[in-house]
Amino acid sequence: MADTPFKTMVRRTMARRELTLMVLLAVLLIPISIRSPLFLAPSNVNRILNDMAILAIVAIGEFFVILSGGIDLSVGSVIAFTGMVCGMINEAHPATSPLLLLLIGLSVGAVLGLFNGVLVAYGKIPPIITTLGTVNIYRGMTFLLSGGSWVTAHELAPAYIAFPRKTFLGISYLLWIALAAIALMYYFSQHTRTGREVYAIGGNPTAAKFVGVNENKVRVIVFLVSGTLCGLAGGLWTARYASAVNEMATGFEMQAVAACVLGGVNFAGGAGGIIGVALGTLFLGVVTNALPVVYLSVFWQTFVQGLIILIALALNTISDQRKHKRMLAERRA
Amino acid sequence: MEKQPDLVAKSRLIDEMSFKNRFIEFITQWEVILLFIAVGVFVFFNAKSRYFLDWFNLMNATFQFSEKAIMALPMIFIIMCGDIDISIASIIALCAYVVGQAALGGASIPTLIVLSLLVGTLAGLFNGVMITTLEMPAIAVTLATQSIYRGISIGLLGDQARTKFPANFGVFGQQFVPGTIIPIEFVLYLILMLLFAFILHKTTYGRRLYAIGNSPEAARFSGINVKAIRIINFTLTGFFCGLTAILLASRILSVRSNIATGWDLEIITLVVLGGVAITGGKGSVFGVFVGSLVVGYLKFGMGLLKLSGTLMTIVIGSLLITAVLLPRLLDLYKANRKLRMQA
Repeated sequence: MADTPFKTMVRRTMARRELTLMVLLAVLLIPISIRSPLFLAPSNVNRILNDMAILAIVAIGEFFVILSGGIDLSVGSVIAFTGMVCGMINEAHPATSPLLLLLIGLSVGAVLGLFNGVLVAYGKIPPIITTLGTVNIYRGMTFLLSGGSWVTAHELAPAYIAFPRKTFLGISYLLWIALAAIALMYYFSQHTRTGREVYAIGGNPTAAKFVGVNENKVRVIVFLVSGTLCGLAGGLWTARYASAVNEMATGFEMQAVAACVLGGVNFAGGAGGIIGVALGTLFLGVVTNALPVVYLSVFWQTFVQGLIILIALALNTISDQRKHKRMLAERRA
Repeated sequence: MEKQPDLVAKSRLIDEMSFKNRFIEFITQWEVILLFIAVGVFVFFNAKSRYFLDWFNLMNATFQFSEKAIMALPMIFIIMCGDIDISIASIIALCAYVVGQAALGGASIPTLIVLSLLVGTLAGLFNGVMITTLEMPAIAVTLATQSIYRGISIGLLGDQARTKFPANFGVFGQQFVPGTIIPIEFVLYLILMLLFAFILHKTTYGRRLYAIGNSPEAARFSGINVKAIRIINFTLTGFFCGLTAILLASRILSVRSNIATGWDLEIITLVVLGGVAITGGKGSVFGVFVGSLVVGYLKFGMGLLKLSGTLMTIVIGSLLITAVLLPRLLDLYKANRKLRMQA
């Protein structure tokens, strides 16, 4: 099937956005690596990538929700609940294979995401309110489940803790999983009917409905995807940080949204891509890790992150507005 | 002539029905439901604990929620226009830092107040200007400024705390109105609540907020300066962040960079629970007032019963979803009734 002009346009702008991000990343990396040649040493790069892997997985889920025109504030709580489930199962049955644990985390996350999605699609509750409610409910459920106690490192099976650190071809399992999630979700967003329907609903819900897109189905699916990925992230989180704490991943939703914003995802919905989000996550990771290199105290990390988000946002908006103006001019001509 | 009694009977019937309708209309308003919930909360906790319905305890409990309830007031204006501000907790932290730092330098109480209000107002103004001039979504901008404002206080304060304050600084957040058991904070809240109710429901400005919330386009075409009003809302909210920072710092007499963390979502919850539509254009100050009391006394009561804060978060989360879901279901029910009656 030949590409429609609309599709080519979307693809072209996305390619440009991702290109801009890569250039920005390079521009950022040059002075940093001059200042500290060790920054780009394989071990440090590996460390940064591993640090960002979980965020990348969660940010991709958040991406689909934002793409559909919504927002998912509950990601941190879903991670906490699934992480706690995985941790407690591992504590009770140390012989459980890590893969099975991840699968359990993934399924529990899917159920939580489904609950969000059903409330949004069939309860017609705005996504921000739904997830503002469930961020509390899921966090509360985590406390109820654990009875307020933690699962500490020595209560977890060594095999589970070691799982994300195991390597294959020199790359950690954690990173492989993140890369697999990126690849899979890239395929889903670009080459499946449902994936394209998410773009359609986000871009123009009314038009999408007229061409036969089932809006409710799409809204449920985006939250299902987000919940599932958060569940996976929860299982990985407990293993990587070798503990399951009730407060884990508090405020993680802001990081996930930030990665999306940096990746050029539009809050109005319908624009952006997985590769952009992955690059946005990487960008966030590089900036965070580069602070000590420029002799800035880690205490300034939050400030710098906020500033970068604001700049990225302003640049996105300005380029969007220019494009819009150009399109209007072309239409008039 | 002979048809007249029939008509009278019919009109009487219609009157009765419309009375019933009006009653149903009234009883199914979210604010009224919320009032019942509030009464339920009081009855329930009074039955469960003999310490609940005690004037001293009830008044003392207001210390725990007055500041958040105050912040919910300007947030009504923002949400009424279809905007949102998730940077308020960070502005409070920034103001509190400035207050703590200035107090360390020996500033007097009036100076501290002016500084806090000034910093808060400027931070709010920056939000408003960024959002309206570049036409960026409020949630995205305030997400960024949330990190920026919080980041400044973390960057400057690090893991330190500021605990040196002028002698009488604790008055605002700790003292009672002389001769009574009513906290000054709570009185301030009640006054501000009435003021906001007046502005929202009795002035042109308030009506304009509803207009913008219902349709920004239509509001603009009818000559309302939408941009200016949105900037004023954000600036006003910043101003109140400055006020809240004073109250908070005065109450706990200690400023750390993580002060007021998580308040954004809690305050938005109060507003939405109070019946203000997140899409804008619908809601009342009275609803938010009752909502704030419900949440405040739920927390207090559950604390008395030694129930964990956990259960509390679940209850509040569920209430929030109910607050939006229930009116929708009631609307459906009403629409069905109307259809049946027409048939």
